[in-house]
Amino acid sequence: MSGFETYLTSRMTGPDSHTLASYKKHGGYVALERALKEMQPAEVTESVKASGLRGRGGAGFPTGLKWTFMPDPAKDPRSRYLAINADESEPGTCKDRVIMDEDPHGLLEGILLACYAMKCEASYIYVRGEYRHQYDRTVAALEEARAAGLVGKNILGSGFDCEIYMHKGAGAYICGEETGMMESLEGKRGHPRPKPPFPAGFGLWGQPTTVNNVETIFNVPFIVDKGPEWYRSMGVESSPGNFLVGISGNVNKPGVYEAPLGTNAKVLLEADHFAGGMTEGRKLKAWFTGGSSTGMMPGETVDVGMDHDSVKAAGTMLGTAAMIMLDDTQCVVRAMQIIARFYDHETCGQCSQCREGCQWLHQIFKRIEEGQGRDGDIDLLTSIGNGMAPGKTICALADAAAIPAHLMVKHFRADLEEHIRDGGCKINKTGKCAAGHSHKAPATEKAEAQA
Amino acid sequence: MALPANLKAEFTELITHYPESRAGLIPALHRCQEDLGGWITPDIMEDLAEFFGIEPVEVYGVASFYPMFRLTPRGTNVIKVCHNISCDLRGADKVLERAKELTGAEVHGTSADGKFTLEVVECQGCCTTAPMIDLNDTFHENVTLEQLESLIGGCK
Repeated sequence: MSGFETYLTSRMTGPDSHTLASYKKHGGYVALERALKEMQPAEVTESVKASGLRGRGGAGFPTGLKWTFMPDPAKDPRSRYLAINADESEPGTCKDRVIMDEDPHGLLEGILLACYAMKCEASYIYVRGEYRHQYDRTVAALEEARAAGLVGKNILGSGFDCEIYMHKGAGAYICGEETGMMESLEGKRGHPRPKPPFPAGFGLWGQPTTVNNVETIFNVPFIVDKGPEWYRSMGVESSPGNFLVGISGNVNKPGVYEAPLGTNAKVLLEADHFAGGMTEGRKLKAWFTGGSSTGMMPGETVDVGMDHDSVKAAGTMLGTAAMIMLDDTQCVVRAMQIIARFYDHETCGQCSQCREGCQWLHQIFKRIEEGQGRDGDIDLLTSIGNGMAPGKTICALADAAAIPAHLMVKHFRADLEEHIRDGGCKINKTGKCAAGHSHKAPATEKAEAQA
Repeated sequence: MALPANLKAEFTELITHYPESRAGLIPALHRCQEDLGGWITPDIMEDLAEFFGIEPVEVYGVASFYPMFRLTPRGTNVIKVCHNISCDLRGADKVLERAKELTGAEVHGTSADGKFTLEVVECQGCCTTAPMIDLNDTFHENVTLEQLESLIGGCK
């Protein structure tokens, strides 16, 4: 009943979908074999470029173009790496884990094709530490692939060598930022690096490196197999292909669904083959378009195409396409307080605007929700947000924290004013709500309160 | 104290994955935490510093940056409750309150009998299967209060 061609989830059909046998039954590694035998590396890059594939990690940068930023190996003989960002930590986002759980060979084949195209000698898959099951699944797939001569030296007798290594992160959101991830992979604190230099010139261990998201790379074998014209027949002109959209919150059927880019968010929310509508038929009060950093939009804005340009025109971003839906029994101030707390917890602390700004935003939203909001707090939120972003810090975490605060003031000013005027939240009347729990040990918090 | 031979052998293989050995530090910290008592002791930091040829303070700098590494002892069982947005919308606060009652532990505290450590954590990537808890490094998703009761009741 879906009425569109699916491919991303086409192999996720049974309990064995993660195995090499199942993958091969579905035409797995055919694209790799053909590319190694019949295509030059540059042709693979050209194919990805022509497909119009855009990164699925949040920024939506054209993937093929990113690959061309790698220096010419004839002029620059340094080692070259591909780093796969599997540090999926954006609140609301749980799509890459589906790929690693159910179709890890698709990820591995994509990595091999990308490494062939960019002439990388090795790839590192940086998996968030909490994804133990997904890590183990991908390790098992990697062992199968290595035993079958698909990873390592002289792959499929082609003379192409490529190693793939798994690497575990340890729970820091900032390591989803590509340069923070590279620092972390090198065994350091995940402090993002100033750019330039960009990773293609100075990446892992100072060598040329490309960083791609799991879902992005997962698209590559399909493009190489079926061609860029086929790929462009799905989605919209400026954002071709299908995507994995995660729909969470107060909906009947939360889940990760495949849909063509540009599918209307209202359809994704309401259709039976997607989220099946709001719980108990309640009204949509607010929603996040693509993870916490895209901020909350009013429920009325849900009639929008889910592609990069359409969501941008509506005033926010597609992000990771993680739609979080809040019904009209929820308090948007509490939701915002949770998001502000998250960025306060996750700022790496390098840039003062971000370190201090995230903390202040959190404190102010918290006191408004708890009934200690002051006159002038709303203007203060705007002023702090303006001090943090855009482009004032080493990386975009400050932007990710400031954007939701700005959108909150823009779209939900009345809710903030009501909380300040009425001395608290009408919905969460139970006093200090669970969202107020600090990450600090009680003793630390007590000491800080006394200071 | 020195690193156990099996871990030393494991780390010796691990560092062959990277052009610079220090890259193995975070995976090595994970393995030490898993095998050597559930937290990163000062002794472990010194041993890892020696193995990787760096100063102990650098190991501490890394271990203290990442939320998954524990620098203090823990209870026999560790329960983490996600309290980020998608879980909150589906009742994470009730899960947390019930977990407090059942374990007798406060948030970021350990119960008096040392049996449970209770923590709140940020998004674990279980947004479409919320609410979730992580009990002793295993996710339990779409968790109900009844399930929570039986999970906690089943802990040793």
